[in-house]
Amino acid sequence: MDFTLILAQIKPKLGCVADNLATIEKKITKARDAGADLIVFPELALSGYFLKDLVPEVARRIDSPEIQRLIELSRGISIAIGFVEETADYLFHNSALYLEDGAIKHLHRKVYLPTYGLFDEQRYLARGESFRAFDTKFGRVGLLICEDMWHLSASYILAMDGATTLICLSSSPARGIDGDTLGSASAWQKLTSTTAMFLNCRVLYCNRVGFEDGVNFWGGSEYIAPSGESVVRGALLEEDFVTARVDEGALRRERIFSPMMRDENLFVTMQELGRIAHKRGR
Amino acid sequence: MAGLIANTELLRKLLVGFVRDEVRKVGVSKVVLGLSGGIDSALVAFIAAEALGPENVHAICMPYKSSNPESEAHARLVADACGINYSIVPITPMVDAYFTTFPDADNMRRGNKMARERMTILFDHSALLRALVLGTSNKTELLLGYGTLYGDMASALNPIGDIYKSQVWQLSAAMGVPAEVIDKQPSADLWAGQTDEEELGFSYRSVDELLYRMVDQRLTKPELVSAGFDGEFIDAIYAKIQNSHFKRRLPVIAKVSNRTIDRDFRYSRDWGK
Repeated sequence: MDFTLILAQIKPKLGCVADNLATIEKKITKARDAGADLIVFPELALSGYFLKDLVPEVARRIDSPEIQRLIELSRGISIAIGFVEETADYLFHNSALYLEDGAIKHLHRKVYLPTYGLFDEQRYLARGESFRAFDTKFGRVGLLICEDMWHLSASYILAMDGATTLICLSSSPARGIDGDTLGSASAWQKLTSTTAMFLNCRVLYCNRVGFEDGVNFWGGSEYIAPSGESVVRGALLEEDFVTARVDEGALRRERIFSPMMRDENLFVTMQELGRIAHKRGR
Repeated sequence: MAGLIANTELLRKLLVGFVRDEVRKVGVSKVVLGLSGGIDSALVAFIAAEALGPENVHAICMPYKSSNPESEAHARLVADACGINYSIVPITPMVDAYFTTFPDADNMRRGNKMARERMTILFDHSALLRALVLGTSNKTELLLGYGTLYGDMASALNPIGDIYKSQVWQLSAAMGVPAEVIDKQPSADLWAGQTDEEELGFSYRSVDELLYRMVDQRLTKPELVSAGFDGEFIDAIYAKIQNSHFKRRLPVIAKVSNRTIDRDFRYSRDWGK
């Protein structure tokens, strides 16, 4: 079905869950009033990014009032949002929820926690261990959190699991000032466009903005059609409320025009990966 | 060298955004900075004026009696060009009073004292004006340790600490810093006729080419040599970076507890902002 999408390109406050929840609620209300069907927030929208030792303080269990409030709000509009999740056995995950009709449709825990350069996630957070697609009102969806998307296998698995929409929640820092455009922005634009094209999926990318300790998050949230074409792109470096009409017909036409997913041979892939895993195991 | 050629439009947007966001999020609307008459502080003044409005930027020129009069003239020129508040606080009385006790002090001690005297004036004005102190050290001098610890290296926020001197020149031209300030020989103006490049023994442009490859691109020494850099120059610069590293770190704390500040007690400075 066609639907109206909002990419909420917000500027979370570092470690301020109550303030961020208030901002998020306002955006949800605004989106709902505008007749939108789905609103996507960035990675760690509820807490901010460079948390370090704040992780246990800002972490929320699924039964916490904040998460329950978000679930409640999803009665009016579907919501994808990132937060730090605390589990019953006291692990802390960089997680994303997909909420719809007052229920959790899916919980994804970031699998690839970058720990290089300016990133230090694995020091503070526990790794997720699966990529699963799930059904929504808008078809089958796969959730990715930022670095997850830099691993081809993640998007591939979700597409093979039937996802036709990939939603990526991001907190991507700005770096690289020598090119025509920002280095990290152009790298991401190539990645999301290529992923959409290879997997005949639409990609909904939501990145945050603002600064944390001098590090800028560049925004540029984007809806990429299954052809790889950018349909709408949010402002660079500034808050934005990106609205797009998502066209179901474009997905169908693209899948007829370039049926790579139809022809993809999962069994060849499995056989070869199995062989490689076996060899490495010895 | 592509890496040293900055996209000045993008860089300007990032640095202006940095000052605006990082200043306002702590609940402050003003900044204060020392204006030396040189290009680094001129560029920071332009960035701050664009970020916060010139009425919210206060520049202080702090000459010593041996400072080149041209420096003060250039500082005023910069302040007028970007429309910021400007005042002059000479440091001669305090610096001279101190050195009457130590008349044999050499140029280095005197230069460091002047830099630290200026720092105390800026931080006093920080309290007076409810303004954050902006730093004006660029990446080249931070890496080389060509600055005074707790002197000109002290600040609350530094917009230009991740751009090389070569990029400071480019961005200054793009932002309209007066040509007199861009074109003159860089000088710490600690004594008459001093120039940075003479004191350092190499040009900023040549060291920037090396630093970019060594630090940003992480080329190995054999790779740098085959790229045309002199082996002794590479070693000398490597040693400068290593020997000045203490200036880029907080004081070392003796660890005795389970949570030592900055080692296993880790929070961003923008905690709660």
